[in-house]
Amino acid sequence: MESQQSTHSDSLHGILAEFRNPKELVDAARKVEQSGYKKYDAYTPFPIHGLEKAMNLKDSPLGWIVFLHGLIGAGGALLLMIWTMGYDYPMNISGKPYIDIPSFIPVTFELTILLSAFGATFGMLYLNGLPKFHNPLFNSDRFDKVTDDGFFIGIESDDALFEREKVKDLLEEAGASHIEEIHD
Amino acid sequence: MSTTYEYVPKPALVKGDHDFGDITDMICETPLQKTPPLWYVAFGAANILLLVMLALIGYLFWEGTGVWGLNVPAGWGWAIVNFVWWVGIGHAGTLISAILFLFRQDWRTAINRFAEAMTIFAVMCAGVFPAIHVGRIWFIYWVFPIPNQMAMWPNFTSPLLWDVFAVSTYFTVSVLFWYVGLIPDFATLRDKATSKLQKITYGIFSLGWTGSFRDWWNYEKAYMILAGLATPLVLSVHTVVSFDFSVSLIPGWHSTIFPPYFVAGAIYSGFAMVLSLMIIARKIYGLEDIMNVDIMEKMNIVMMATGLLVAFAYLMEGWTAWYSGYIYEQAIFKLYVVGPYDWGFWILMFCNVVTPNFLWSKTVRRNVTLTFIISILVNIGMWFERFMIAVASLSTDFLPSSWDYYSPTWVDIWTYIGTFGLFFTFFLLFLRFFPMIAIAEVKAVMPQADPHYYEENGSNDHGKSGDNELKSNND
Repeated sequence: MESQQSTHSDSLHGILAEFRNPKELVDAARKVEQSGYKKYDAYTPFPIHGLEKAMNLKDSPLGWIVFLHGLIGAGGALLLMIWTMGYDYPMNISGKPYIDIPSFIPVTFELTILLSAFGATFGMLYLNGLPKFHNPLFNSDRFDKVTDDGFFIGIESDDALFEREKVKDLLEEAGASHIEEIHD
Repeated sequence: MSTTYEYVPKPALVKGDHDFGDITDMICETPLQKTPPLWYVAFGAANILLLVMLALIGYLFWEGTGVWGLNVPAGWGWAIVNFVWWVGIGHAGTLISAILFLFRQDWRTAINRFAEAMTIFAVMCAGVFPAIHVGRIWFIYWVFPIPNQMAMWPNFTSPLLWDVFAVSTYFTVSVLFWYVGLIPDFATLRDKATSKLQKITYGIFSLGWTGSFRDWWNYEKAYMILAGLATPLVLSVHTVVSFDFSVSLIPGWHSTIFPPYFVAGAIYSGFAMVLSLMIIARKIYGLEDIMNVDIMEKMNIVMMATGLLVAFAYLMEGWTAWYSGYIYEQAIFKLYVVGPYDWGFWILMFCNVVTPNFLWSKTVRRNVTLTFIISILVNIGMWFERFMIAVASLSTDFLPSSWDYYSPTWVDIWTYIGTFGLFFTFFLLFLRFFPMIAIAEVKAVMPQADPHYYEENGSNDHGKSGDNELKSNND
């Protein structure tokens, strides 16, 4: 019974529903959130404002990641300059002090920005789990529209409340124009 | 007594009746179609110029900086002029993508991708010159704090070293910002692509982006933080470039007005360059509904405002020379106006002081041909501004007995022309393979992107704005 095994609900990744426009998507997302699902997501071609409230998302922790990187940039730059110019190889340059903080500011500033930008970019990718090499959602042909003009909600089968028929009914009730099962 | 105000809706940013799908198709068409023959012609020409540049850099390394027109006292010639000019042009991209983003100027979405690409390639062209002008290229690694057998470190108190950090940080952050913006659009191309090669390539660059809203939530935060970081950065870069001059004691350089004056000039020339390129690209690629005349007019207004700031800075230079009572400063100002390089001064005055004033007229601001001509004149003017600052100040310094007239050699001239080869090689690759307009961002500023739109207009499929019946040719 190998073939039955593969179509068994174990391979079910989730249920994907398509909606007609941003408003219907936001309304549906609110419904899914209020029904208590946790492992679900909305998929959109562009960020839709108001969806974060409907999905009850917490503020992104990215700011803290960037702040830490910025501190490393500023601290690292100052330490580097103070150590090289003041201790490792002090040199008299036009009679300026060895540790001349005002003239260290431009480089400190640039390295703060540089490290913060690395933090923002790679921190964002880390939080989003990117790059990701495999995603069962791409098994759906309709899902190609998500980067064009498609608005989707997917509820994953890992969710504690997940029951195939119940989820389908909920999404149908929320006004989905098309519902499909996503298998891995 | 009482006045009533009527709500005047802002004109739509995207002209014509387009839904989300139309925007995708319009922008994805170019990267996904077959390469047009004309592209090969342009790319070939750019490649030849690039080879000229590389050959002349090789010649310079072999022979030494004597092949350039440098002399004593003019030790900084075209190389520095070209560096400042290119890096100035490179300011528009980040200004448009970061500062206008923070100010919620939604019209930027039509041109930000394009302008950021221009920024990156302009900074690449700029970066060539300080690297090759050092003379002994094999010691260029001395500018970085790399532990070495001499146990020596760079001089961190020197503006020239600040410049290394400013320009390289600017380049890196611009690339990161650009790439973050590109991820969702590469995903669009991945999903629209028909050939296997395109699917795989765009698939790799899109990193597996699904458009998940939880991802968008972090993404938008990252984008805002990057904009916030890039804003002081863009202002700092040309400030540090101006320190290269103003921290020294040369009359005509040693001036506190330099940082704001340089930044205004950079934005001025950068907008001019974006306009020149945009006017050609929107025509060739049929993107006139997105890069439309309203956006051109807004850019013209920014260009005029910064142009007038630059003109004011020129006036202040004269005023400071007179008011300071410092004879060397007065002498150098006189030598600008009636001196060995006065021809450069008057070209500069015409291009940078007279030209932006044509933009007071709304007709001119909205006229594509005139805007194109003005944008070219502005870039010529800005090149001469840097020429006057770098060369005229140096070659007529304190002691008249050491004065010498600077003129470039053919190597100077062709290296400069060659950098256009470098610029256009990359720019044409960008136009060919990248989404030249930020697809997701344009969609996000369309009225149909707002969920409230559907409360007033009923629920049409996929945000079609007008009457579906009128567009029967789709089916």
